[in-house]
Amino acid sequence: MTAPATLAPGRRSGARGAGDPSRRMGYVFVSGYVVLLLAFGVLPTVYAVWLSISNSRGQLVGLGNFIRTFADYRFLSAFGHVLLYLVIWLGTLMVLVVGLALMLHGRMRRTSAVMRFLYYVPGALAGVASVLLWLIMLDPAASPAGWLLRAFGWETLAQVIAPDHLPVLFTVIAFWTGAGGWIVIMYAALNNIPDEVLEAARIDGAGVVQTALRIQLPLLRKWIAYMLILAFAAGTQLFVEPQLVSTVSWGMISDSWSPNQLSYLYAFQAGDFHGAAALAVNLMVVGLACALVVVFRAGLFERD
Amino acid sequence: MRTNDFPWPRRAASAAVIACSLLAAAACGSADPGPGAAEPSTAAAFSPAPQQAGGEILVWADATRVPAVEQYQKAHPDVKIKIVTYSGNANGANDLQTKVQLFDRTGNGWPDVAFSTTFGDVAWASRNGAQGKQPYAAPVNRGVIEQSVLDGFAKGALDPCTVDGDVYCVRNDLAQNVLWYNKKLMDDFGYEVPTTWEEYQALGEKVAKEHPGYLVGTAGDPWAPEVYFWASQCPASTLTAPRKVTVDLGSDKCTRMAGLLDTLIAAGSISKDSVFGAGFIKEKADKVLMLPGPSWYGQVLFASTFKTPKNQIAAAVPLKFSADPTNYTGNVGGGVWFISSHSKNLKAAADLVTWVTTSNDYQATAGTYPAFKQAATAWLAGQKETGYFAEDVAPAFTEAAGLVWPGWSATQYSQEAIYASTVVPALNEGKTIASMLETWETAIKNKASSLGYTVDSP
Repeated sequence: MTAPATLAPGRRSGARGAGDPSRRMGYVFVSGYVVLLLAFGVLPTVYAVWLSISNSRGQLVGLGNFIRTFADYRFLSAFGHVLLYLVIWLGTLMVLVVGLALMLHGRMRRTSAVMRFLYYVPGALAGVASVLLWLIMLDPAASPAGWLLRAFGWETLAQVIAPDHLPVLFTVIAFWTGAGGWIVIMYAALNNIPDEVLEAARIDGAGVVQTALRIQLPLLRKWIAYMLILAFAAGTQLFVEPQLVSTVSWGMISDSWSPNQLSYLYAFQAGDFHGAAALAVNLMVVGLACALVVVFRAGLFERD
Repeated sequence: MRTNDFPWPRRAASAAVIACSLLAAAACGSADPGPGAAEPSTAAAFSPAPQQAGGEILVWADATRVPAVEQYQKAHPDVKIKIVTYSGNANGANDLQTKVQLFDRTGNGWPDVAFSTTFGDVAWASRNGAQGKQPYAAPVNRGVIEQSVLDGFAKGALDPCTVDGDVYCVRNDLAQNVLWYNKKLMDDFGYEVPTTWEEYQALGEKVAKEHPGYLVGTAGDPWAPEVYFWASQCPASTLTAPRKVTVDLGSDKCTRMAGLLDTLIAAGSISKDSVFGAGFIKEKADKVLMLPGPSWYGQVLFASTFKTPKNQIAAAVPLKFSADPTNYTGNVGGGVWFISSHSKNLKAAADLVTWVTTSNDYQATAGTYPAFKQAATAWLAGQKETGYFAEDVAPAFTEAAGLVWPGWSATQYSQEAIYASTVVPALNEGKTIASMLETWETAIKNKASSLGYTVDSP
């Protein structure tokens, strides 16, 4: 409870030096979060990295665990599944979210509030609940849209969730739950573009498409990059969806469909926490590398 | 010009490369999967924890078995019991193993008694845990439960619990497969109940022609291998030593069953769905003429799920191949009770497990066929009293209980999960089981070696 005491001199002095008390206040305010971040974010990461380079006797094994997991017969298929899913998911997310936000912003100003709300509503369902909902929707015997599934020639749940369909199905589920929030954010970002800029473009003879391509998209660049990084991180962590689909289909989906599931099997079926940590660290490295590329390509940390 | 707050990517990258190479050079131990997977079980070293008489025991059971524990609690009010309801590891879940792995790491928290719907759990529970912890399951034959009690179980019932001569679990129920049939439909159609697989196939083809839409079986259940291939004595996984397994799906014992199923799937009288699929229950439940399956199908599937009316369903003795000297059958599940080797009150834990598995008070009215002989007799009498079945199921059940082929071993991996993820999707793409046998065998071998088994092919 020393906060008021340190605050008082800060107000009086008003200086902006290294010993500036108002700066110190900043540290006090973030300290709560930093403690949690260290305890539940940084420490587990460090622990995972340590596990991944050691063995059960506590000896350093270098990259041994990584090499062992690379050679696993499920490694390539699990990473392949997620890669395919990410390509489909990030592609649709980028095109559809930006497209829908531009439409709402430019063409449908009157109804856009309602539409944004509607897009956002499914996002209010927690991940597991939305997957369960979709599993009912995708079962031709139970789904209210069963006729549509039958029109595709799918008579049973087993046919709908055939292994080849999964990346697309998970994209549909992820888009349905996650895209609404991003549409709202993109819409806000579009609102941020000064009217004078758009007006100037219009006077220069730019049409709707040209304004979108030459003015709005470049100004949205950082937002799109931000969205891609977060969606990529979430996408590589795919776990609940394949796990649940596997459960309801009595195991029709392999229990090591995604890298996270494989890591789970290593830890809890084989009791091999070191291999599991190596797989998790792989995901972290891939995620960090991709994030860095996007950050520097899109100049996310640049000051204008 | 723009300024970059992070001017370090190149330096960071080279630092990372150096760090990685240092790491590779620093390797001084081998990256083996850990003692849990590499070392054999050391049952001989069973040393109970210091005992506390009257201490509270923690019991994990599934929702179906919790009433049994509550009933015990009511009959023994002086015993302190804490009950936790969990999935019971049904449908390939591995919650118990997951949690025990964590308890092994933290060194406490193990449930004193745990129920599991699958005896496949014995494979890991009888082996050393993470960080060299002694096996989770206590060898009950080493003074935990009296031998006279263990002797009262049905022949072979404790086989799946037995590793290297020690009994690591107590069987709750048998799930022996029988041939279920709808007596009313069979009489209406004028068919005789088959006694051999050859007659079964002939009847299946006949039904497909004379009464299209009616079914004699399903191949889309994850437990289809345990119903058909186990009965056919197919060596899908035969343990020759605790961590050594033989897998041979190319054996004619497997191909004969694959051929039979493929023929009837093509004819349309064996469904590619699972009996518990929403679509199947809605559209096919009243078209089931015959259904080879476990003893619990009677109450759980026909009475509760299909809602088939009284006096229609009956059970026949498992089928036999005419070339074989005797008929064999399989198991679909059959729950087991574990007693924790870490328990501080083994006496209370053992008393609870003995009561729930052997006492007529609970077992005689349980949903599943008791593994304890005396309770089974009482249970069968109870089934007759319900008046649900068209004929007494006791003769078929009793005979099937002794016909379980011993060559299908309990393994740490689930045959159900492998069949469901390799064969069932292929069936739905229109492929035959025979064409999938090789892929299926590879999947079993891969899974087995990934868990530290040595795999032999004859």
